[in-house]
This record gives sequence, C-alpha cells and structure tokens, in this order.
Amino acid sequence: MIASLLPLVVAIPLLGAAVTLALGRRTRLQVIVSTASLVLVTVLSVALMFDIDTSGTAVVHIGGWEPPWGIVLVADRLSAVMLLISALMLLGVLIFSIGQGIADQNDEETPVSIFYPTYLVLAAGVFDAFVAGDLFNLYVAFEMLLSASYVLLTLGGTGARIRAGVTYIVVSLVSSIIFLAAIALIYGATGTVTIALISERIRDLPQDIQMVLCVALLTGFCIKAAVFPLSFWLPDSYPTAPAPVTAVFAGLLTKVGVYAIIRTDTVLFVDVPLRVPLMVIAFFTLLIGILGALAQADIKRLLSFTLVSHIGYMIFGIAIGGAHALSATIYYIVHHIAVQTTLFLAAGLVERVGGSTSISRLGGVLKASPMVAVLFFIGAMNLGGIPPFSGFLGKLSLFQAGLEDADWLVYVLVAAGAATSLLTLYALVRVWNMGFWRSRNEVTGYSSPLLASLRESPDDSGSVMTKTISKLMLGATTGLVAVTVALTVLAGPLLGYTDRAADYLSTPGNYVSDVFEGGD
Amino acid sequence: MTASLTLVIIMAVLYAAGVYVMLERSLTRVLIGFLLVGNATNILIFIMSGPSGSAPIVDGATADAPMVDPLPQALMLTAIVINFGITAFLLALIYRSWWLARLGDRGDTVPDEHARDTEESTDATFDAVDVDDQAIQDILDASDEHVDDESDETRGDR
Repeated sequence: MIASLLPLVVAIPLLGAAVTLALGRRTRLQVIVSTASLVLVTVLSVALMFDIDTSGTAVVHIGGWEPPWGIVLVADRLSAVMLLISALMLLGVLIFSIGQGIADQNDEETPVSIFYPTYLVLAAGVFDAFVAGDLFNLYVAFEMLLSASYVLLTLGGTGARIRAGVTYIVVSLVSSIIFLAAIALIYGATGTVTIALISERIRDLPQDIQMVLCVALLTGFCIKAAVFPLSFWLPDSYPTAPAPVTAVFAGLLTKVGVYAIIRTDTVLFVDVPLRVPLMVIAFFTLLIGILGALAQADIKRLLSFTLVSHIGYMIFGIAIGGAHALSATIYYIVHHIAVQTTLFLAAGLVERVGGSTSISRLGGVLKASPMVAVLFFIGAMNLGGIPPFSGFLGKLSLFQAGLEDADWLVYVLVAAGAATSLLTLYALVRVWNMGFWRSRNEVTGYSSPLLASLRESPDDSGSVMTKTISKLMLGATTGLVAVTVALTVLAGPLLGYTDRAADYLSTPGNYVSDVFEGGD
Repeated sequence: MTASLTLVIIMAVLYAAGVYVMLERSLTRVLIGFLLVGNATNILIFIMSGPSGSAPIVDGATADAPMVDPLPQALMLTAIVINFGITAFLLALIYRSWWLARLGDRGDTVPDEHARDTEESTDATFDAVDVDDQAIQDILDASDEHVDDESDETRGDR
C-alpha cells in the first residue's frame, strides 16, 4: 500500500518547486511550501523504509505499463535508506539556509527567490536517482540534479562563483555525455534500458563487449562520484558556493554517483571482473585525496579534499564485493553523507563567527562561540574515525569485511585506509589547534613553518567581517550533529538493516525477479 | 544490427570536431563543442535504433511492414530538450562572464528592471562593485581567454 506512494518522493519536491517559483518574491510562503514538501518526503521515506524492510522491494509501474515497455520505479532497502538519509540532510540544510536568509536579508549574493525552487528540483533529482528503475530515467535524474546544481553553484553570479562554476559545469557536461553515450551503446547491445532486463540480457554478450559497456558507464559515474583520477574538479568548485549549497553538494551529489556505481556493480554488470581496477582507484583516491587535504589552509577546501579521499572507502567496499562488504559500504555511505554535510555547515558557522575559513587567519573560535566549536569538534572526530562515532564503526566493519578473505591487495588497501583515517584526524586537529584553540590576538604576527607551507585558497580575500548566526542555523546544525551521533547509538539496528540490504543486493536475481513480478 | 554508414561517419566527424573545439580555452568554443558532441551522441542513439522502416504507428493497414524502433527517438527527444536547456544556461553564464570581464566597474550599476525596487538594494549593488572589481582583475590576470571571448562576441554583437 505504502509502496505505491513511491512516485511521490519525486513528485512532491517537483510540485513544490513549481509552487515556490510561482510564489516568486513572497519569501515567507516559499519557505513554508519548501519546508512542507521536504518534511512530507522525509515522513514518506521513513514509512517506505519500514514497509520495504518488512514486505520487500517496492516496485511501481508508471502509468500501468509493465516493464520492459513502461518506466518502472524500484526501491529496495538500499534505495530506501538513501532516500531517508538524503531527505533528512536536505531538510536540515534547508532549515539552515532559511536561517541564513533571515540573517542576511539584504545580501545581494543570495537571491532567495530562485534559491528554494532550484533547491527543490535538486532534491527531486536526488530522490529520482535513488528510485530509478531504468537507465534513462537515471540519466534524467542526474540531469535534473545537475542543472539545479549549476544554478545553485553560480548563485548571485559573482566573479569567483562564475569561474568555479565553469569548471564544474563543463566537467559535469562531459560526464553526462559519456553516460548518455554509454546508455546508447547498452541499448544497441541489449535492446532495452530497463536495469532489470539489461541485467538478464547482458550475460549473453561476449565478455569483452560487456567490459567496454561497463567501463563506459563507470567512467561517467566516476566523474560524478569524484573518484581519482576524475576528482580534480571537486575541490576547485565546491568551496566557493554559499555554505548550505556546498554542504548539500558535498553530502549528496557524489554519493549519488557512488550509488550508481553500486547498482552497476551489483545488478547491471555482475560478471565483469572489476575487483582489481576498483581496488587500485580506491587506493589512489584515498591517498591522493588526503594528501591534498594536508596542503590546504582553507577549511572548506580541506573538507572538499577529505570528501574526495573518503569516497575511496566506499569504492574499496564495492571492490571487495560480497554481502558483508556491501553492508559496511552502505553504512559508510550513510555515515559519510551525514557527517560531511554537518561539517560543511559547521564550517559555514565558523566562517560567520571568525570572518574567514582560512586557518592562518582564524583564531579564538572556541572562546567566541563554544557551541559552534563543539559542533565542529564532534563532526571532525566523527570524520577522523575516533571511537565511538559512526566513522569508526563504518571503517571497522569495512576493514573486517575486507580481511575475511584477504589477499595482499586488500592488506595494502586496509593499510591505506588506516593511514587515511589518521591523516584526516591530523588535518582536522590542525584546524582545531589553529582556528579554535589559538586565541584571537595571537593571530597577527603569528608565524610557524606549518602555516607557511600551506596553500591559500585562491578566492580568499582575507575578510574579517563577522556575521550574526541566527538560532535557526545553529539549531539546524545541532540537529544534523544529533543525526550523526544517532548513527552511533542506532548502529546495531542500522547495521542489521544494511546486512539485509546487502544480502538482497548480493544476489542480482532478487532485483530482477522483483521488478518483473512485483508492481502495483 | 544494421546501421547506415553515412550516419556513422557523420557521428564520428561530429565527435571529433566537438572534442577538438571543446578543448579550447574560450567559453564560447566550449559551448560550440558541447553542442557538436551532444548532437553526435543523439546520432549515436539514433544509429542504435537499427534499420529504417515505416513510422511506428499501428493503424491496421500497414501492420506487416517493418517498423523503426520508436524508443531511441523518444530518448533522443528527451536528450535534445535537456541539451537545449543547458545550452541556454551556458549562454547566460558566458554572457555573465563577458559582462564581468568587459563592463566590470560599470557593469553592475547599469540600471536594470529590478534596480528601482528598493533604495537598499541599489546601495548593496554599489557595495558589491569592489568585490566584482577584484574578481574581474583576477579573471583578466588568470587567463587570456576572455580576450578571445570579447573579440568573438563583440563581432557577433555588432
């Protein structure tokens, strides 16, 4: 019953976008409509998650056309948990941005009237990607969220944002075209774009053709997921956007790419041997990303590099394969979405308190605003993988899954993963020491070989203008921090859930038979 | 599966030309490259629909005649619409970057339809000019691409 409400997760935000666009300059109504739509989706995804967990995968045939003729929406346990965590994050960030809108009412850089509609289109795109049952629908979902992200990234059209936006847009366009060409080739080879049917027919193709199709598709997804060596665009484009936009991009957009890679590996191309190549790119993503983070003075850029680096853990989990590793990967994705969003929001608060995000100019944030400092600290420890936070649990279960059936490659990866975790901690503790512990009047004339070796962000104009923090912004960030802590408290049930999700995924026949037999 | 050789050649030429133009530094050329590559991909989808045939409309009269596969055409249409929207956005972006690079100091103070809305917003526009100045200087320093852009676009404009 609830399963047939699945299309609403896409329809509600899209309708909300239309309404908010029509409401134009009446900001208060826009705020109400957009909050209401995201609250509805959140409630719906909670209901869907419980329903799917007890009564199996939800399949909806749009317009009553059965696959392979019609469009099919599919939500299994993986989709459901992704829906829920993204809805929560989108809602939290929306509340934060409402708070920010109230705080900077006369800021020309944030034209609020187009923010809400675009944000809701982005949400619809993200949700659609998680429930898409055919490849072309996935492409449309990607285009929806990307077009919305182009607008959000260049919001206000200042020089810095246009420059960052151009890199991002051109890279995304290339990835979309590669994806579309891959869909065309897959259609030519199998005569369908329905994921379940491709999964059945692809086995009859020669191994080398499967390989070509798979690599074409993965290249498109890897650019979106920011996997080394296709990650160069991310640290240059994310940090210039407004804080809430960066937070939602960092939390969700790359994970949509990772989600698509999981689907490719577990349903579409089951027979293609991807283990070794994925291990190698995971290794480089982990290390190159975190080494980049060590060289940054700007907190937002530093966080963007850790974002790239931690994608490596997920690719590592996908590469190991098998139910345990997939379960750990899903848990890690959920953890990472929550913690990365929270950290970027906290960085946004730090920027408002300290007037800068560069650790060579920041100081005394702990004293100026203990609350913001605590929020940042919890997020940082969580990302660094300190027990008892969910980052530790995610990495631990990932390593355990890897070591169950280890060869030398897995040992190398586990070592790289542990090193990355420590280096993340090192980078974040450095931020803590410089930005939070150092007192405000030590900042001028402070010299250290450490700071001299760091790269300044090219766009940092060194302003020391501080802005007020509204209660709503603080509340939203606190709420999201509470979610990240809840991932630890609820780790038992959640890992049980991801185990079931991974069990389901590790037999691709489950997905295929559900799509053809289920449906309302 | 059969495919028309002409279409394959056209696709290959479009891809080659598109990728070549896309690698230029100037934004307008990147846009042209994107259009070429996008259309090449559309033709690729079209090629994947297989041999030609009659229109895929079941009217009872031509039921036995071989029909073309309609699905790739639907996919192409969707892709064309998406490309169209993104092209429009890219044009706006190029115009904005040209505006920032060329008009700079005057740029943001030229009255537009919203300039009369409030006193405060006008003040804020004046404040923002410093930031823009800096950005334009950075853009000019960072690359010479806009020199190309300007000459292209002024030629187009006049």
